[in-house]
This record gives sequence, structure tokens and C-alpha cells, in this order.
Amino acid sequence: MNYSNAEIWLIIAVLAVGTYLIRFSFLGLIGDRPMPPLVLKLLRFTPVAVLPGMVAPLALYPAATGGETEPVRLAAILAVLVVSWWRRNALWGIIAGVVVLYAGLIATGQL
Amino acid sequence: MTAATVKSVYRKGVRDGAPFLLMALPFATFFGVAAAEAGLQLAQIIGFSLLVIAGASQFAALQMMIDNAAIVLVLLAALAVNLRMAMYSAALVPHLGAAPLWQRALVAYINFDQSYMQSMIEFEERPELSAPLKAWYFLGVASLIAPAWVIATIVGAVVGQAIPPEYALDFIVPIMFMAMVGPMLKSLAHVAAAFTSCVVALLLLGLPSGMGLIIAAFCAMGVGAAVETWMERA
Repeated sequence: MNYSNAEIWLIIAVLAVGTYLIRFSFLGLIGDRPMPPLVLKLLRFTPVAVLPGMVAPLALYPAATGGETEPVRLAAILAVLVVSWWRRNALWGIIAGVVVLYAGLIATGQL
Repeated sequence: MTAATVKSVYRKGVRDGAPFLLMALPFATFFGVAAAEAGLQLAQIIGFSLLVIAGASQFAALQMMIDNAAIVLVLLAALAVNLRMAMYSAALVPHLGAAPLWQRALVAYINFDQSYMQSMIEFEERPELSAPLKAWYFLGVASLIAPAWVIATIVGAVVGQAIPPEYALDFIVPIMFMAMVGPMLKSLAHVAAAFTSCVVALLLLGLPSGMGLIIAAFCAMGVGAAVETWMERA
């Protein structure tokens, strides 16, 4: 990470204010005015549009292995996806991923 | 049923919010661990959890910072993850619009996934509650989760520094992200959006850090909305 302390605090401050304004928006400022349905529809997809695009490169080219695809990490991330989707619960997914990750790291002698 | 009072409604909120600790505690602890691992100072880590107080976007910002993305892109990615909260805010207006400004301002600060979802369930079951009472319920739901979020972050940050790198803690961030994605895959449209996001992000990896992700996110939102529209017609 190559940011100065001031830059990190700037990121935190802008995120804090920006997130607060998003949360306050309708409740406080915009009031009852309805949003166009298309905007609502697009907004609904934001988390599922952003997070997978972050995970895919991390899962396929992990920094810890110098960007080399590594079977244990890949298996762990697939376990998280399958279990969190199947149980409809993030926590179970995390547990599955951590178990597969450490079992794999031990089995392949990396730990 | 006895008439609802501020105290009874607030207490019910606290009780109904307690189970979410099971989720919030490990999430926040992992954030603390991952942030310490990435080299943030303790005060900065606390700043994130106390001021931003939104799990997925905290992780998103952290990952972009680990990649040394341009500051503008760090902010865009993290705020994009939070845009769904504008919907939460809009959905709360019919229930809380008539509550005093200080209550609405406070509710906005702690308007996160769990407090929003639990409160909406309660509001729909008890439409007779007044707006200020509903706001008290909302505050009750968040009263345990919000402080627990900050405290668990601190615990994670302190403990994380003591764990050696062989334990692959760097991989906590992708695991957390993936775990948040699974439960969101509720329809074909969501799956299509997630898939588009992955493919476009991978194709654009050559662009400067974070740039490809933003483009991928816009494509994915478009695909998700398009598939949903198509399914509504079919």
C-alpha cells in the first residue's frame, strides 16, 4: 500500500460522508419523490455487480502466490460460493471456505 | 396487546437485533485482521468501522487500497457497493418520513443491511406503530450491532498483527466477498449480473487498477436489469 496517512484519512472521510449521504438521501433530503423505476432496478444490482468482479481476479491470481493460479485458494473460493448460495447465509460460506483453505494448505504442505 | 411505548418498542428492537451479532462479530473481526495485515494503522482501522460502518464497502475500499488503485477509483468502488442503501433509505420513507429529523439522521447513520431488513419485517407486521416508535425500534435493532462492529474490528486489528503470513490471511478478503455474493444470487438476473461482472473484470485486468472493475460493474448492472426486464415480460 503506497498511500500517505493523509490520503488514507481522506479516503475514510470521503467514504464516511458519501455513505452517510447515500443512507440519508431519501429519508432526509429527497423526501417522498419517487425515483424512476429503471434507476431503482439498476441500483438493486450494484452489490452483485461490484463484488464478483473483485473476487474473480483475486481468486484466480492471488497476490500471495505472485499471481500464480493456486488450486487450494481456488477450491476454497468455490466452496464459499456454493455453500453461501446453498445455505443463503454468508457465515456458513465463510466457515466452508476457511475449512477448505486450511485443510488444503496443510494437505499440500504450505502450512 | 398492550399499547406500545418507547421502552417496549426499543427493547423489542434490541432483542430482535441480537441474533445478527453472530454475523456482525466475525465480519468485523475479519475486517480488523485484513486491514491490519494490509498495513493500516489502528486509528485508521477504527475510523473505517466507526465512520463508514458498512462491511462490504469497507472490504471493497481495503482491497482497492491493497492494489494501490487511484484514490478516485477506491472511492467509486466502495461507494458503488453502498448504492443499494439509497434504496433502503427510499423504502423507509413511508414508515419513518414523519419521524423527527434527529431520529431520521440517526437512523441514516446505522441504516445497514441487517437493521434495515429486520425493521422492515417488523414495520410490515405492525403498521399501527407511529413513525417515532418505528424509529425507536430501528435504533433498538442497531444498538447492539453497531458498537459490536467497532469493538470486534479493534479485536481483529490487534490479533491480526500477531498472525504470521503462512496463514494466508490475505485470502480473507476474497472469502468475505464471495460469502456476501452467494446469498444475493436470488434470481437468474442476479446470476447473470454476477457472471458479467466476473468476465468483464477478468478481461479488463490489463487496465489500471480498479478501472476494469468499474466498467465491469456498469456492464453487470445493465445485464442484470435487462435480464430482469426480459423475465418480467416472459
